[in-house]
Amino acid sequence: MSSLPTTLESINTDHRSRSDARHDAWFRWLLKGCALLVLAALLGAALSTLWGGREVLFGQGLHFLTTAEWNPVTDTYGALAPVFGTLVTSLIALVLAVPVSFGIALFLTEIAPAWLRGPVSSAIELLASIPSIIYGMWGLFVFVPFIARIEPALSATLGHIPLVGPLFQGPPIGLGLLTAGIVLAVMILPFICAVMREVFQTVPTRLKESAYALGSTTWEVVWDIVLPYTRSAVIGGIFLGLGRALGETMAVTFVLGNSYDITGSLLMPGTSISSSIANEFNEAVGTHRSALIALGFLLFVVTFVVLLVARLMLRRLSRREGR
Amino acid sequence: MAVLHARRRLVNAVALTLSGCATALGLLFLAWILWVTLKNGIGALDLKLFTKITAYADQGGLANAIIGSLIMDLIALAICAPVGILAGTFLAEYASRSKLGATIRFLNDILLSAPSIVLGLFVYVIVVLPMSNLTHGAVSFSGLAGAIALALIGLPVIVRTTDEMLQLVPGTLREAALSLGIPQWKLTVQVLMRAATSGIVTGVLLALARLAGETAPLLFTAFGNNFMVANPLDKMASIPTAIYQYTNDPNPALHTIAWAGALLITLFVLALSLTTRLLFSRRKVSHD
Repeated sequence: MSSLPTTLESINTDHRSRSDARHDAWFRWLLKGCALLVLAALLGAALSTLWGGREVLFGQGLHFLTTAEWNPVTDTYGALAPVFGTLVTSLIALVLAVPVSFGIALFLTEIAPAWLRGPVSSAIELLASIPSIIYGMWGLFVFVPFIARIEPALSATLGHIPLVGPLFQGPPIGLGLLTAGIVLAVMILPFICAVMREVFQTVPTRLKESAYALGSTTWEVVWDIVLPYTRSAVIGGIFLGLGRALGETMAVTFVLGNSYDITGSLLMPGTSISSSIANEFNEAVGTHRSALIALGFLLFVVTFVVLLVARLMLRRLSRREGR
Repeated sequence: MAVLHARRRLVNAVALTLSGCATALGLLFLAWILWVTLKNGIGALDLKLFTKITAYADQGGLANAIIGSLIMDLIALAICAPVGILAGTFLAEYASRSKLGATIRFLNDILLSAPSIVLGLFVYVIVVLPMSNLTHGAVSFSGLAGAIALALIGLPVIVRTTDEMLQLVPGTLREAALSLGIPQWKLTVQVLMRAATSGIVTGVLLALARLAGETAPLLFTAFGNNFMVANPLDKMASIPTAIYQYTNDPNPALHTIAWAGALLITLFVLALSLTTRLLFSRRKVSHD
């Protein structure tokens, strides 16, 4: 008789552990399914834009990339002008944002007193949380008139420098590649700055202290010790900013001027991939719509590659730290 | 020797001054943008803004856009919060060392900065077009499609925060629970997630702050609507798209309303970002 309870108990625990195992397996599959949705989102974005733009992408092939004409009336679509605008504005943004972010990161890690670091870095981070439509409004109503006022001075001074002079000659209308580049620079600055600040703090104190002990100035420590140590992550941060700049839509749409002319002057209006899509998508039908989705595919592929490089570079530093 | 020393000190002084100037420049732009938004928006903040719809144009307000934004943001959160939390849990608890986990974590970081306009196109192709074909055009652009696009933007934020926050939960908690014979799903849901609640909530709020200001993906998913609708299958207005529409309009009276909308969104986002900071600092303190 004494064996009965133990059998029952063993049946009970056996049953229990089996149902636990089953629940565990279900739970695991549920979690895995959700995680795979992240992959599905990225893959889906690529495939759906490829599918939506197939008429133009496969119909025109490379010709789509090399044609400058964009004319819905004659159904001619070439991606050259939007691609040009996207690349030029992002490049301007990088040229302006990288040194400024570096300066801020340097200030926050080496110069500022401890009580100032928290508030200032929070304030810079706030720049990243302002929605891009606000940047667009501020850009259009405030910054464009401001730039229009200083453009004549820009043309009169920078416009006469050989080689780069023509870049700064043009009508002072405010709208244009340069304005878009500056607004983009303000938008991507907090992202680059955050990465730089974070990785500057990972430099071992003993390395910096050794350099100080040898008589280095603060600048020499940053330039010769901190920067080489964090080089790959800093490049990663810059690429992260580039990825943001390439895909940014609303701010650029308002201040770029929406013109399909490719010009040699930064003061002239232009267009970009994202602003072309935002401006025209809802009025577009047929081939026009397909061409815009094809532009979206191009944008996705380019930003994907840029962000891939960024993440790989960022990972190199954390791996060296043994994290 | 003295000359060299003087030059090095000069270079140092110039570099440090420039660094200070860069910080001032960054703060200047922040103050400029916030000031302009506040100055232009506060004048149009009146009752009309919350009670009248955009159909009245310059005699109206943003009531339908505010409601539309709320509906779409809530649906988006209802989609991306559970999925994101579960996916983040998978990364932290089940796949922290596997190849699949590393790949998903890596790609999630890419999705985090992917251009939102492309995600909008994605939803247009997989939701708006099929719905329109299925219903023969009765349902095309919809609030639901807009919410799905927003969910895709919030998802990676939640995945990442959940993943990071769960990894901060001490391993002894897991060992203690497992040694009591608790199945792993119970451990995960009732012990680990509870320990990381404030962190996970932070992630959800961050995602909300991010998607509340998104405009680009809504243009061709939710489209916009000048009338009040509550049905998510209708075209739906939102504050960002209303701002976009009004800013492109030549009528200055509409610009004023757009500024008021801009102020609303900015205040909302800043409040969220302050809340997350408070939550996060509280969590930090409790663990020290």
